[in-house]
Amino acid sequence: MNLLEVKNVSKIYGNLKALDDVSFNVKKGEWVAIMGPSGSGKSTVMNIIGGMDTASEGTVILDGVDITKEKDKNLTNIRRDKIGLIFQQFHLINYLTAVENVMVAQYYHSMPDEKEALAALERVGLKERARHLPAQLSGGEQQRCCIARALINYPALILADEPTGNLDEANEKKVLEIFKQLHDEGATLIVVTHDIEVAEQAQRTIVLEHGRLAKIVENEAFGDSGANAPEEEGYAAKGGLGQYGKPKRR
Amino acid sequence: MNKRKMYLRMITSSLMRRRSRMIIALLAVAIGATIFFGLATIYIDIPQQMGQEFRSYGANMIFLPSEDGESISDETADKLKGSIPENDLVGMTPFRYENVRINELPFMAAGTDFEQVKKTAPYWYITGNTPSGEGEVLVGKDLADTVGAGEGSEIFIKIETGNDKMEEFTFTVAGILQTGGNEEEYVFMSVADMERISGTKEGYDVFECSIRQSAQELKALSDKIGSENPGVTPRLVKRVAESEGTVLTKLQALVLLVTIVVLGLTMVTVATTMMAVVVERRKEIGLKKALGASNGSITGDFLGEGFFLGLFGGGIGIGLGFLFAHAVSLNVFSRTVFFHPVLIPITLGISAGVTILACLIPVRRATDVDPALVLKGE
Ligand SMILES: Nc1ncnc2c1ncn2[C@@H]1O[C@H](COP(=O)(O)OP(=O)(O)OP(=O)(O)O)[C@@H](O)[C@H]1O
Ligand SMILES: [Mg+2]
Repeated sequence: MNLLEVKNVSKIYGNLKALDDVSFNVKKGEWVAIMGPSGSGKSTVMNIIGGMDTASEGTVILDGVDITKEKDKNLTNIRRDKIGLIFQQFHLINYLTAVENVMVAQYYHSMPDEKEALAALERVGLKERARHLPAQLSGGEQQRCCIARALINYPALILADEPTGNLDEANEKKVLEIFKQLHDEGATLIVVTHDIEVAEQAQRTIVLEHGRLAKIVENEAFGDSGANAPEEEGYAAKGGLGQYGKPKRR
Repeated sequence: MNKRKMYLRMITSSLMRRRSRMIIALLAVAIGATIFFGLATIYIDIPQQMGQEFRSYGANMIFLPSEDGESISDETADKLKGSIPENDLVGMTPFRYENVRINELPFMAAGTDFEQVKKTAPYWYITGNTPSGEGEVLVGKDLADTVGAGEGSEIFIKIETGNDKMEEFTFTVAGILQTGGNEEEYVFMSVADMERISGTKEGYDVFECSIRQSAQELKALSDKIGSENPGVTPRLVKRVAESEGTVLTKLQALVLLVTIVVLGLTMVTVATTMMAVVVERRKEIGLKKALGASNGSITGDFLGEGFFLGLFGGGIGIGLGFLFAHAVSLNVFSRTVFFHPVLIPITLGISAGVTILACLIPVRRATDVDPALVLKGE
């Protein structure tokens, strides 16, 4: 079952085609990487999938809903309910502590729950730093905080735009480890990266060039990975992040 | 933790942990509130302050003998004084006039009570001293110029005594008087001196009174005194009292105008400061949107911050504004101001309102943009 269907999507800025007739599908539970040179439209496609930007042409169907036809207000709700975002520049709120930053996502989604937020931070190895402000955290710690925030509402789809772009190797490993766990639990991940090592962790790599889909590479190591993904027993369906209890809203 | 607690936690964190930024905004709000509260206090206080000032400004009732050539005796004076409510009487000054000659020129001399003069004619401007003992006079400016008298000099006053003889007395000039009126052609001495040189105790030609009453009350009082004392004609003096109203209204209108202009200016200052503070946080707004926050709840976050900031700044402004009004009043009117509690909710309301309004415009602009655009770049 396809969680996401991108059909003939184009994005036009003036006379620049940032995306040109791009189509691909992502199955539930799949881990997909998007690669391509700078300016090839990776962020653009991610923003359109995440409902943060609108396509000029084409349709994007997320979980059975055509989000290109939705109004701004509904897009906000779809983002809130279905998508977890991880940014290259972290984008943490600088006057809130790590745990409060995670709770902000809960706050806009449903109910802030400090225990659950702390548990999510523990999962990304940040339990000790939960009461620190972003300025007191290293880049790697900030990114892990971001990941905890993206996970907290059990999103159907996790979108990460160059999550390791600002990290050193050790921190990159930690982040990939977390992604692997999420994938094993049945999360659906789309990760934009410049880094071939990061892309190799995914089941498939979509390569963009000049806004066009150049090729889709299956990762041999995963074998017939798409079918491996648990269809109905997604990590949310199993009760979210396993040991961390049931999601409150779904 | 419920949503309300989290809301407050976010707002207080934003205010406390972004202190250096917030202090600038707070300062803008506080200064605005200070000026508004201060001017509004003065605005309200002017009629009260200046009213008192004006009422004590010169006489508003005089007593004259009913018949030409008559005078008012000490006993009648006491009776008149008794019929004016003690608390309302600011001062009651006797004047006794006699014709005199100085350097062979004819002048008018007046015997009066210099203590009372201070109350009924506070506008008398004296260079030098007020006469305090026997043989001292206060000389009007014109008279002094004519006869060449100055502070501390001696003058010789000739007066007609009982049997058509002119007698000369020597006085020391204690001070020179300026009033802008015909008092400047007179020479003033104590009543005792006047009785001494004239050799008679004839009573008074006129009493000038300053009474703290409304025009209506004064009219009633003068009618009453007139009917009770047939030998005396009370007369209301409208010289200063009448212009009191117009001057006050004009002064108050001026302060009101200044208040409005300053309020407008401070509103602009507060608004630009707040706008700058919010524009700085466009990324945060974009992020909240990306996390699924509705425009309404993002606006709500800023509304809360603006509200607290407005209340806080307004509170500081009330304190400082009162001190400001106090200092101004003390320097300009030489009086303290009253604290007007009505102004508290008004000041708080205005500062919170302006702050919130100033936040809403840039927040609105940021929430209207796609979050992808706001979050982009760095
Ligand atoms: N708001 C915009 N207005 C005009 N052009 C834009 C805008 N956003 C992106 N572009 C253009 O669209 C193209 C694709 O941009 P995009 O950000 O998707 O690239 P990218 O693949 O993410 O690059 P990078 O690896 O450098 O992040 C670029 O040529 C960029 O200049
Ligand atoms: Mg990019």
